[in-house]
Amino acid sequence: MGSSRSSLRRVPDGQQLLQETGCEPERWFCLGLRSEDLEAELSENPIGDRIVGAFFQPGQETVDFPSFVRVLAHFRPTEKNRTRDGVQPEPANSRNRKLKFAFQLYDQDRDGKISRTELLQVLREMLGLQVTEEQLQSIAERAIQEADLDRDDAICFDKFRKSLEKVDIDHKMSVRFLE
Amino acid sequence: MMILVLLLCCISSVAPQESHHEHDGGHNATGISIVTFKWHHVETPYLIALWVLVSFLVKLLIEANHNVTNYIPESALLICFGFILGGMIWGADKVQTFKLTPTTFFFYLLPQIILDTGYSMPNKLFFTNLGAILIHAIIGTCWNAATLGLSLWGCHQGGAMGNIEIGLLQYLLYGSLMAAVDPVAVIAVFEQVHVNEVLFILVFGESLLNDGVTVVLFNVFDAFVSLGGGAIDAKEIVKGIVSFFVVAFGGSLLGTVFGLLISLLSRCTKNIQIIEPGFIFVLGYLAYLTAEMLSLSSILSIVFCGVCCQKYMNSNMDENSIQTVRYAMKVFANGSETIIFVFLGISAIDKTIWVWNTGFILLTLFFILIYRFIGVFILTWFLNRSRLVPISFVEQIIMGYGGLRGAVAYGLAVNLNETKIKEKNLMVCTTLIVVYFTVILQGVTMKPLVQWLNVKRAATVDLTLVEKVQNKVFEHMLVAIEDISGQIGDNYWRNKWRNFEEKWMSRLLLKPSARKKQDRLFNVFHQLNLQDAMEYVKEGEHRGSLEFIRNESAFVDFKKKFGEDYEEAMPDIMALNDPVSACRRDPVPSVSLEMHEQNMRGLREAEGINSHYLLDQHLYKSRKQHRYRFSRSHLDINQDENEVQEIFQRTMRSRLESFKSGKMGVAPPKTITKHTKREPQPKVQPSARFNRKHKSLLCCVYL
Repeated sequence: MGSSRSSLRRVPDGQQLLQETGCEPERWFCLGLRSEDLEAELSENPIGDRIVGAFFQPGQETVDFPSFVRVLAHFRPTEKNRTRDGVQPEPANSRNRKLKFAFQLYDQDRDGKISRTELLQVLREMLGLQVTEEQLQSIAERAIQEADLDRDDAICFDKFRKSLEKVDIDHKMSVRFLE
Repeated sequence: MMILVLLLCCISSVAPQESHHEHDGGHNATGISIVTFKWHHVETPYLIALWVLVSFLVKLLIEANHNVTNYIPESALLICFGFILGGMIWGADKVQTFKLTPTTFFFYLLPQIILDTGYSMPNKLFFTNLGAILIHAIIGTCWNAATLGLSLWGCHQGGAMGNIEIGLLQYLLYGSLMAAVDPVAVIAVFEQVHVNEVLFILVFGESLLNDGVTVVLFNVFDAFVSLGGGAIDAKEIVKGIVSFFVVAFGGSLLGTVFGLLISLLSRCTKNIQIIEPGFIFVLGYLAYLTAEMLSLSSILSIVFCGVCCQKYMNSNMDENSIQTVRYAMKVFANGSETIIFVFLGISAIDKTIWVWNTGFILLTLFFILIYRFIGVFILTWFLNRSRLVPISFVEQIIMGYGGLRGAVAYGLAVNLNETKIKEKNLMVCTTLIVVYFTVILQGVTMKPLVQWLNVKRAATVDLTLVEKVQNKVFEHMLVAIEDISGQIGDNYWRNKWRNFEEKWMSRLLLKPSARKKQDRLFNVFHQLNLQDAMEYVKEGEHRGSLEFIRNESAFVDFKKKFGEDYEEAMPDIMALNDPVSACRRDPVPSVSLEMHEQNMRGLREAEGINSHYLLDQHLYKSRKQHRYRFSRSHLDINQDENEVQEIFQRTMRSRLESFKSGKMGVAPPKTITKHTKREPQPKVQPSARFNRKHKSLLCCVYL
C-alpha cells in the first residue's frame, strides 16, 4: 500500500476517491482509448448518447477525472463481503447505486421520476423503426401500469427498484476492470 | 394395472419357453395350414417392441399420480419398477433373459438423449461458462478417477477387502469408469428440481464434456491392464496424454463438421419440407457412429453437432419442421431414458452376477462421495478467483451432491474383459449399487436439500416489460462502458466472433430469405394479427359464446360515445385522442356490461401479449449478444446491419438537431416524430457540441 500513497497525493481527492470507489485511482490511469472507433461504436449504440451524458454533471460541459472515475466505479462487480459501518458512504458499486445510475439514464430531467414521455423516449431509442407510434405508446402504457402502484403515471425510484428486484443486477451491470 | 402384470408374466414365460422348444410346424406334411404360429419369425423385433411398450406403460403408471413424483424422481421409480419386472421374469424363468447390454445402450439408447441435449442447449449460457465447465470436466474427472483408484488400492493393501485379486492398474481402471458424472442421471434428477440456470449448466455441461476424459482414461487403463504392469513406461504415458487431446478435440471437431453439414443441407431443403426434420436425426446419429468408428469421443461429437446446427436449423427450416424436430427429439430422448432406467432395474435381478464384498462396496460409495465434494470445493475455489459472479458455497454443495453416476458407468463395467479382470462381477455389482444409490437416494434427497439450503431457483415468472427493457438497457450500457474504458474483455472476442460469423458463416449457411428484412416485417405483422385473433376466440370460447365478437361493432360505438361524454367532463384524463387508450385508462363506467368487462380483459390481455411480443421482436440487439441465442418460440433472424444502420441514422439525426438548436437557439421539437427511412447520412460531420463533449472526455483520461 505504500507505493500508492504517492499516486493518492498526485490525484486531487485521491483519498476520497479511494473510499468511494474502493479502488486505487492509479489503476484508472491505465485505461486506454481509441478515439475514432469510440465515436463510431458509441454512435451505433442506441443509448450511447445517454451514457456519455451520464458522465457530465448537469450544466457542465467537461468531465474531470474524479467524476469520470466515479461513474465508472458503478460498474465494478459487487463485493458481498465488504463490511460497512454507518459512517462510510455507500460504495459506488452497491446494488442500490447501480440501480440509481440506471434510473438516471431514463430520468434525464432529474426530477426523481420516470415520466411517460421519458419512458417513451427511451423506448423509441431502443426499438426498431418498424414499431409504430401507437404500438410504442401501448408498450409504454403497459410498462407503467405494471410498475406504477400509486397511479401518478410515472415511475419513481422505489417502484423502479422493486420491479427489478428479481433481476441479477450484480451480474448485468458489472465489467471486469483490471482486476 | 393387474392386466399389465398378467400380460407381462404371460409374455415373459411364454416367449423364452417357445425359444427352447423345437419348431416342428413344418415337419408334419398335413396340408396347407390356414394359420400358423410363427414365433421365431418375429421374435427379435417383437420382444424389442414389447419391452418398449412395457417401459412406456410403466411410465404411464408412474405419472398417473403426481403426488408421488413430487417427492421421488421419476428415474428412481422407474428403477424400482425395473426391479419388480426383473423379479417377475426371474420368477418365471429362473434365469436372466433380459438385461441392458452395452451394445444396445451405447448404440441405440444413448445417442438420441445426447442429441436432444445438444440441440436444446442454451448456447449463450454454455459458452459463457465454458471455462468452468471444462475445468470441472477434465481436472475434476481425472481427480475423481485417480483418488478413487488409489484409495481403494490403499485399502486393499491395508486388508480391508479381504481376499480379492485386483491389482493397482485394475483399481485405476475401475476408478476411471466410476469417475464420470452421467448426463442421463443428471437430467433425470435435476429436471424436477429447477435450480438456477448457471448451476444447472455447470453440472450438466460437466456431465457431457467429461465423456472425452472418461473414454481416454478407460481405454488407456484397459490397454495397460492388457499389457500388464511391466510394459508401462514414459512413452506409453505420453501417448495416453496425447490421445486425450486427440480424442477430445477430434470428437468436438467432427461434431462441428457434421453440424455445419446439416446446416448447409437445411439451406437447400425447401422442396422437401416433409422430410426436412429427418436430416438432423440421421446426420446426428452418423456423427455419433463416425466418432465411435474413429475411436474419438462420440458423446462430444454429437453434442457439438447439436450445438452448432441449432441456430441455422431454426432459421432455415419451415416452422412446422422446427416444431416437428423439437417434439420428435423430446419423444425419443424421453423414451430412451425411460427404457434405460427400467432396464437398469431389471439387470439387477440376476443371480449370476452378484458377488458381495462389504468392504469394497462400502468403501467405493464412501470415497466417491467424499472425493467428489473435495474435488468440487478445490476447483471452485480456483475458479471463483477469476469469475465475475462467484459460485456460492451452497451451490458448490449442490454441485458436489449432483455428481450422479448412471448407466454409462454400468455400460463400461459390463464391457470389461473378464479374462483379464477376474473380479469383473464384483465390479459390475458395485457399479450397480453405486448407480442405485446415486439415482435413488441422492435423487430423492436432492429436492429437499435444495429447498433446505435455499438455493436460488430458476426464474419461473415471465419478465415484466420494465424488466425486459431494462435488461436491454443494461446490455447496451455495458457495451458502451466497455468501449469507453477501452477494455478488451469478453466483449472484444465476442465481437470478433460475431463479425466473422456474420461475414462468412451466415452467408454460407443461412437461406437468403432468412437474412432478408422484408420477410421479418411481414412475419411480425402477420403474427401479431394472429395473436389478436387467437385471443379473441379464446375469450369467446371461454365464455361459452362468440356472441360478443359479432356484436363488437355495436360495443365499440358504445365505448366511443361514453368516451366523448367523459371527455367533456374531464378533459385532462382524455389527453390522448386514441379511443382505445381512452377505454383503457378511464375508470369503469357506472353502467358496466358483461361484454364490456370481457372485451376489456381480452383487449388488455391481447395488448399485454402484443407489448411483450413487440419488445421481443424489436429491441435492438446489443453487440454483446451472442448470435447463438436459442429461440423457443419464434424465428430469430439475423439482421444486424440494418439495426446498426437505423441506430446510427437516428443518433446522427438527433445530434444534428440538437446541434442546430444549440447553434440557432431554437428549442428542439418536443413531440416524437415518426421517422421515415431515409438515405444514410454521411458519416463525416458529427455536431460540434458532440465533438466538444467527447473530446473533453478523452482529454481528461489522457491525464
